[in-house]
Amino acid sequence: MDDSLRELYQEVILDHSRHPRHFGALPSHTHMAEGHNPLCGDRVKIFLQLDSDERIQDVSFEGRGCAISVASASLMTELLKGRSVTEAEQLMGGFLHLVKGEDAAGLTEDDRDRLGVMAGVSAFPMRVKCATLAWHAMKAALDHEGGAKSE
Amino acid sequence: MTSQPLARQPAYDVARFRRDFPILSAEVNGKPLVYLDNAASAQKPRQVIEAVEHFTTHEYANVHRGVHFLSSAATERYEGARVRVQRFLNAAHEDEIIFTRGGTEAINLAASSFLAPRIEPGDEIVLSVMEHHSNIVPWHFLRERHGAVLKWVEVSDFGDLDPADIARAISPRTKMVAISHMSNVLGTETNLAEIVRIAHARGVPVIADGCQAAVHADVDVGRLDVDFYAITGHKLYGPTGIGALYGKREHLKAMRPWLGGGEMIREVTKDDVSYADPPNRFEAGTMPIIQAVGLASALDYIDSIGRERIAAHERSLAAAASRKLKELNGVRIIGEAPGKGPIISFETIGIHPHDLSTILDREGVAVRGGHHCAQILMQRFNVAGTTRASFGLYNSVDEVDSLVHAVTEARRVFGYG
Repeated sequence: MDDSLRELYQEVILDHSRHPRHFGALPSHTHMAEGHNPLCGDRVKIFLQLDSDERIQDVSFEGRGCAISVASASLMTELLKGRSVTEAEQLMGGFLHLVKGEDAAGLTEDDRDRLGVMAGVSAFPMRVKCATLAWHAMKAALDHEGGAKSE
Repeated sequence: MTSQPLARQPAYDVARFRRDFPILSAEVNGKPLVYLDNAASAQKPRQVIEAVEHFTTHEYANVHRGVHFLSSAATERYEGARVRVQRFLNAAHEDEIIFTRGGTEAINLAASSFLAPRIEPGDEIVLSVMEHHSNIVPWHFLRERHGAVLKWVEVSDFGDLDPADIARAISPRTKMVAISHMSNVLGTETNLAEIVRIAHARGVPVIADGCQAAVHADVDVGRLDVDFYAITGHKLYGPTGIGALYGKREHLKAMRPWLGGGEMIREVTKDDVSYADPPNRFEAGTMPIIQAVGLASALDYIDSIGRERIAAHERSLAAAASRKLKELNGVRIIGEAPGKGPIISFETIGIHPHDLSTILDREGVAVRGGHHCAQILMQRFNVAGTTRASFGLYNSVDEVDSLVHAVTEARRVFGYG
């Protein structure tokens, strides 16, 4: 197996894809949106519960997809809890740079450490959409759009 | 079928045919290319590349228009390509062949020009759950715009389609049966002759999506008695942007035009327009002339090897691949209809088709992962997608082994062995 493949499918990613965190519907959600990748048919639904201060109190997801998209969604839910809407959007902006192999200076060191496991996707341009699907759905949920395509 | 050479025929020399395809000597990710995405599109032999180059260099002009030397030469080649397609499909008349941009446009043409004017709200169109979206969405248009009702025919767990189920789906309101001649996902070759017989006995015309079958079987529209038959050039080792619709002459003569523009008219005045006879009636504007010439050369290439020989070779490879994949743990073949074509869809338990395709690609093996433009079929088999390996005339036994090896490697990456 070559290095880029080992980087892409490292143990953390496989673990998140097999045992996704915060998996399942969130009945108390205030925001929800579905992401759909029409290329492969993958779907992911993101549930967000915002408190009165516009902070993410709880988050979950459900759906089916490849190891990259499920792991990315799972990681995202781990990082979103407790953040404000603005912070969540900043995190997403940094993540999008990261998976495209661009400068992700907007991320804090801690966030970069935790999301760094997804950086291997940048060597596989056809798979970037898999990694960003859940994030676009999260943004759509915050924007009350209800649906997102991974473009 | 077996891999034994047919009697009194030279052995199938795959190494020789491979040399005709320049791209096959490429490396991908440092590994020799193993191209198993033929159902999506086939690679091009140098005979086609050179025919296109020669025509463009020496004989090109617009067709049917000028009286000058080049226009006349190009027209001869373009109309010659039509005759070539006619012979390939064994159509009775050359004016039964309409050039299109591909299989999709061919089916849309029939839906729009033949069926749409005949549909009353509540009329029915019978189609199978294993159709490609190109043989579904044009009929959805008629549902949305004309009130047609789509009647779906199921396939068995093995992926075969019982013509008796078509018979049961036909009612007095059925206006068309739209059916694939070979599934692009399962490889199932439908019994088209029997389906046509059943439909015609009830007075219902049949359109067949032949985009896969034309590549992997010997198609004879005369013997099949099918009303319409759609093919695409790029899967037949020809250029992109060219395909054809075969239609019975009596249907084509009765059909209204499709696109309006140059070359499809008889006369245009301020107050009126009259239309050319088929096939020109359906070929508005400048057609893909160069691509038509390329397609003719591709059909020459196929017939120079022999369609039966190609089919026997491809099916023996697919059978070997299917057998070897099944020997691996956690691999499930989807679609095992008897007599199927060389298209294998499979599922690897615990590995998503896109992850598998990525890992296979790193091994140089090009396959397709996803829903293959057949979402209804994915629902039928309760999968989000499959991985598909599809074989062409240039694939080899060694490549079957490369595929199986790469799938084994993917299972190892994912911790399955």
